[in-house]
Amino acid sequence: MGTSTAAPFTGAELEAIRAQFPILQREVQGHPLVYLDSAATAQKPQRVIDAESSFYATANAAVHRGAHTLAGEATELYEDARLTIARFLHVDENEVVFTSHATEALNLIAYALGNASLGMGGAAAAPYALKPGDEIVTTELEHHANLIPWQELAARTGATLRHIPVRDNGALDVEVARSVIGERTRVLALSHVSNVTGQVSPLAQLVPLARAVGALVVLDSCQAAPHVPLHPRELDVDLAVFSGHKLYGPTGIGVLYGRAEVLDALPPFLYGGSMITTVTMEKAEYLPSPQRFEPGTPRIAQAIGLAEAVRFVDELGLDRIAASEHAVAQRLRDGLSVIPGVRLLGTDPAAPRVALASVVVDGVHAHDAGQFLDDRGIAARVGHHCAQPLHRRLGATASLRLSAAVHTTAQEVELALDAVAGIRSFFGAGGSTP
Amino acid sequence: MSALEQLYQQIILDHSKHPHGVGLEVGEETSHQRNPVCGDEITLALRWNPAGARIEAIAWEGAGCSISQSSASLLATLAEESADEGAPWTPEEFTALIEEFREALRSRGAIALDEERFGDAAALSGVSRYVARVKCAMLAWVAAEDLLARRA
Repeated sequence: MGTSTAAPFTGAELEAIRAQFPILQREVQGHPLVYLDSAATAQKPQRVIDAESSFYATANAAVHRGAHTLAGEATELYEDARLTIARFLHVDENEVVFTSHATEALNLIAYALGNASLGMGGAAAAPYALKPGDEIVTTELEHHANLIPWQELAARTGATLRHIPVRDNGALDVEVARSVIGERTRVLALSHVSNVTGQVSPLAQLVPLARAVGALVVLDSCQAAPHVPLHPRELDVDLAVFSGHKLYGPTGIGVLYGRAEVLDALPPFLYGGSMITTVTMEKAEYLPSPQRFEPGTPRIAQAIGLAEAVRFVDELGLDRIAASEHAVAQRLRDGLSVIPGVRLLGTDPAAPRVALASVVVDGVHAHDAGQFLDDRGIAARVGHHCAQPLHRRLGATASLRLSAAVHTTAQEVELALDAVAGIRSFFGAGGSTP
Repeated sequence: MSALEQLYQQIILDHSKHPHGVGLEVGEETSHQRNPVCGDEITLALRWNPAGARIEAIAWEGAGCSISQSSASLLATLAEESADEGAPWTPEEFTALIEEFREALRSRGAIALDEERFGDAAALSGVSRYVARVKCAMLAWVAAEDLLARRA
């Protein structure tokens, strides 16, 4: 975000970082891979691959049950992983819930609120119950994972779903937000960083609006976690989610942070073993967080792999990662914005941004543009990036997204800019074509 | 010619910029197909001869990548050419053609489309090397297949 005073990585440091990612050795279409799709999923350093594999090779067992040595070791590794994540977020261990992915974490929140609305969870959950007349507020720039669960929750409870609109420059409209968020607002669910524009949301302005009316604040930090220090308590949010695989960790693991008070009050979402205290044929009583939200055999190897990824990030320092990526973000944005016939989505000069940018290439469909880049070994994302409403708002059906990571070099950015500059002439979309 | 140039042959780029067969009539029976991955969309209609036994033309509307749009345009052109030559397709002939097209596109570069049978649409052979693009090229053909199945 460039607000840090930390030093960017030196050339030698960057080389050492790159050497940790085995996939960067491979070629694509006869070119060295230029991986600019980290916002979809990050590549994995060898130590993360080893951590997951080594667990299976040496300590695999079901956790939280059984008295044998392996069960004990596996449980310790799994709970150590939770502790690592908790420290990364500057929160308590019981405030960290492992899920299958960020999407599940968001659904968990929505379903727990839905269950509270059905009267489940007793008096503790009652303050979280939604009813007709209540409002859930989200934004026009959300990933579908932070939109559809709220649409469905509204439908189930009779609550009304409202949204904070997006301005032409991709920024959330704080002025309109002041009238959208009001006394009826019970939940504010929003993105930390847009997965299309890379712009950081004005949380310092929006969160207090929700706080002032006592609404629960849910933050989707998927695109923030790999790039900026994540501190949900400082951000004053109740719940925050991120995905492991975008943070150099394995797939199949997501994280839900929740204030202990909120998590312990909400009724569970999924039910089964490992989450209970007493079960009779008629009913069950549930453990406090995090166990109440982790029924079944959890994602043990994935959690351990994610903890290793977090150690990888921590050792590099998110402040230094942010400082290095700041230059990449700036060059991406500047470089893309001067290519003729290329329109950048998200042009708020005031917004801090992470190293991702999406463009619409005039006269060329994003899918074709992506194919052209792939031919040069450049992996980029094409499509609507699970954000159809934002694309519609910005007048695009699909876009081409370039997203960097800790291993991205300035030279790779130049290769990508050069490739984007060549798209229109290859497809005959230049000058003379209307 | 590089693989990319084989994928994007001039015929394909021309058809995607200046498509044939575009324009549906209000109320005619159509099949709407979407490729949710990239948002390609095709809505297609078969125009039958008065006896309802042969296809005289194919009309469509859509939006999307050059592969999906040119494929619809090339299909419409192929149908029109067959009709102009006095041999408009029967449903059976068209079904066989669609199957042949699908087999070639799914062959990962092993089978080229026969120019005798497919005319300019044979230029779509290059798509078969790109697994992720096969669905784009198939979209219009799947719409046609859907309409044929409804009549069967």
